[in-house]
Amino acid sequence: MPHRTFISFIWPSALAMILFIALPIMSVGMQSMFISHEQVIETVENCGPFGCKTVEVVNPEATAQLRADEPLGRFNGLGTYTNRNHLAFDEIGLALAEATGPADFLGRVLNLPFYKALAFTLTYTFIVTPLVIILGFVIALAVNRIPGMFKGPTIFFSLLPMIVTPLIGSLVLFWMIDSKGIIGATLQLLFDNPDLSLKASTTLTWLTLIVYGIWHSAPFAFVVFYAGLQTVPQDTLESAMIDGASRWQRVRHVVIPHLMPLAVFVTLIQLMDNFRVFEPIIGFNAQANATSLSWIIYNDLRGSDGAMLFGSAAATSMLTIIGVCILLAPVVLRTWRANRRAA
Amino acid sequence: MNMVSKLAVSAAFVLAGASTAYAGCGIASGSAKLLANDFPASQAIAAAATACDGGGASVTVNLNKDHKDLIVAAFTANPPEFTASHVTNSTLVAVMNDGLAQPLDGLIAKHGGGIQDMQKITIDGKVMAVAFMANAQHLFYRKDILDAAGVDVPGTYEGVLAAAKRIREKGLMEYPIAGTYKAGWNLGEEFVNMYLGHGGEFFKPGSAQPAINNAKGVATLNMMKALTEYMNPDYLTHDSNAVQAEWEAGNVAMTNLWGSRAGAVTDGEGSTAEIESNTMFAAAPTVSGGSIPATTLWWDGFAIAKNASAADAEASFLAVMNGISPAMAASNADAANWLIAGAKPRPAGKGVVDSAVGGASPYPMLPYMGAMHGAIGAELADFLQGKESAEQALADIEAAYVAAATEKGFL
Repeated sequence: MPHRTFISFIWPSALAMILFIALPIMSVGMQSMFISHEQVIETVENCGPFGCKTVEVVNPEATAQLRADEPLGRFNGLGTYTNRNHLAFDEIGLALAEATGPADFLGRVLNLPFYKALAFTLTYTFIVTPLVIILGFVIALAVNRIPGMFKGPTIFFSLLPMIVTPLIGSLVLFWMIDSKGIIGATLQLLFDNPDLSLKASTTLTWLTLIVYGIWHSAPFAFVVFYAGLQTVPQDTLESAMIDGASRWQRVRHVVIPHLMPLAVFVTLIQLMDNFRVFEPIIGFNAQANATSLSWIIYNDLRGSDGAMLFGSAAATSMLTIIGVCILLAPVVLRTWRANRRAA
Repeated sequence: MNMVSKLAVSAAFVLAGASTAYAGCGIASGSAKLLANDFPASQAIAAAATACDGGGASVTVNLNKDHKDLIVAAFTANPPEFTASHVTNSTLVAVMNDGLAQPLDGLIAKHGGGIQDMQKITIDGKVMAVAFMANAQHLFYRKDILDAAGVDVPGTYEGVLAAAKRIREKGLMEYPIAGTYKAGWNLGEEFVNMYLGHGGEFFKPGSAQPAINNAKGVATLNMMKALTEYMNPDYLTHDSNAVQAEWEAGNVAMTNLWGSRAGAVTDGEGSTAEIESNTMFAAAPTVSGGSIPATTLWWDGFAIAKNASAADAEASFLAVMNGISPAMAASNADAANWLIAGAKPRPAGKGVVDSAVGGASPYPMLPYMGAMHGAIGAELADFLQGKESAEQALADIEAAYVAAATEKGFL
């Protein structure tokens, strides 16, 4: 293709990508380097229904002047990235120097909010992603075998978990797994343990979130693989049958290689989605036991009583983007090499 | 246009003006957009304020449980998204940190004759908000259960623990205590209550340096942990709604819940007559030999956005005045502990009043308290789950606070 043609085809999408992807990311990156101005504090008398008290307040005029002079705030470089609520370089250094052993070191690191969130995020990503692919593939194989008249309704019901909004789905399940909800009460009966609560312990909360994640995402993998199954070459399958290949051998040597590009696609999407796990943590009220990078961003942006931390949220966003890039790199590299070999 | 028709037109305007003033509670023009929390008292205020809508004025009220997360952004816009908002001790500070509220002295002089002095939230000599109700977390107890266990109404947290032990030993309830211990703001608030009950200070005097990693902080955490032994194991997911539901289901004998819920658990809905008739209220307990109830006093009021135009600010003020009028308080006497002139004390308000009379501290109105509250709410859960020591949890809170306060420019 001549360069001119290529450029005239590509420029609208390139422009859209610059406007809607590159520029916002640059703006977030810029924001993450700045923190609020020093607040000008003064002492005043504060009276209300419960009496008078001398308190500190922010002097808005003086602070407004500072803001007008430097609208972005104070330049902090990478200070926000390395502070205790993010990568915590000082605390990690201290842990390295003082820890009595690897277990103690790990305990100290996992006590820091960023690494605590990262631990859950990665566990979730690496358990949910493969299980979603396997489960989706198995469902697709099963649905492909059932008689035509049942296929439509089966596909519809299999897709339901994906159709339900994550926040609503997790809220519904949150009430079902309550110790008085239908699932929670049944589990207590099954395990003969009246104190069993899926919300109380960290392990069980993680398990609940992971099961929810698989339940929610499996239909996506299923639908992609099911579409792929319709394109498996029937000639190859028939010749394999004539050669005496069992059903398992046909799946292993014909179907799976044929669906491999789709599996790569589902892996990429799932890695990205699962690394940004967020809604179930809110829906399950799980923040005491499980936090994720996206949850940290949300928490900073909501702030506590209006104390929003925009710089912190921006820094965590940038770290999330870097995390996604690292996660996707092996898959993308593999695909790129395969394409180069093919070409 | 001749003289006669001019007169006719101006007469029509005068008549229209008169009827507008009547329909709009004296608001001739402007638009009032109010934002408020969503609970029975604020619903009553919203209904009274929206009665001013019509004629030349427009009055709308948005009731939103997440209002405190919206105020700063809504007031920052110019013109503001909402011209007036529901504020409390803590949210007024957030609004004032950014200089987003306007002094109300002029409007009060013009239209605020009925406001009592104690309703005026005066900061540095300027009235920044008008309070309408008081609120506090205080003791809710089940008289029948305490009687069956043979214990008196506890006045201290040590007494609460002893009573809970008796109730469990007698097999009356497995989890007799409930608390709003949901990780985040609620859990932070429980710590603030208990720490102030121990006589603690959050900051080094006159500075934004944290000062909670001390013996009082450790005692606070140990008491909170002791209470959780008698709570439903899911306590870290329980907010006010969940605790109210547990209470109305009859699963709980004692809790430290908001005064604004006292009407809701005795309103004849959502529970049985037996539970409701045995639901009693008392001051928040004291703790560790202290003399003041371990709770914080809150006021709820209204502030007006600095960016609102003069006409909109006046319209908003008049709408708010109509919303928090003595007539509204008289017809909704059970909804809240009104601070409004002439409001009669309600039976369900006993806990708030007794806590205030007992000398409970108001929630600290300091610019950096929000960052402290957030750090507490985020870092406490590990300790309550037995994953770390009290000293470690307090050190974590201070470290998280220092990072946040540095970013906000307080340190």
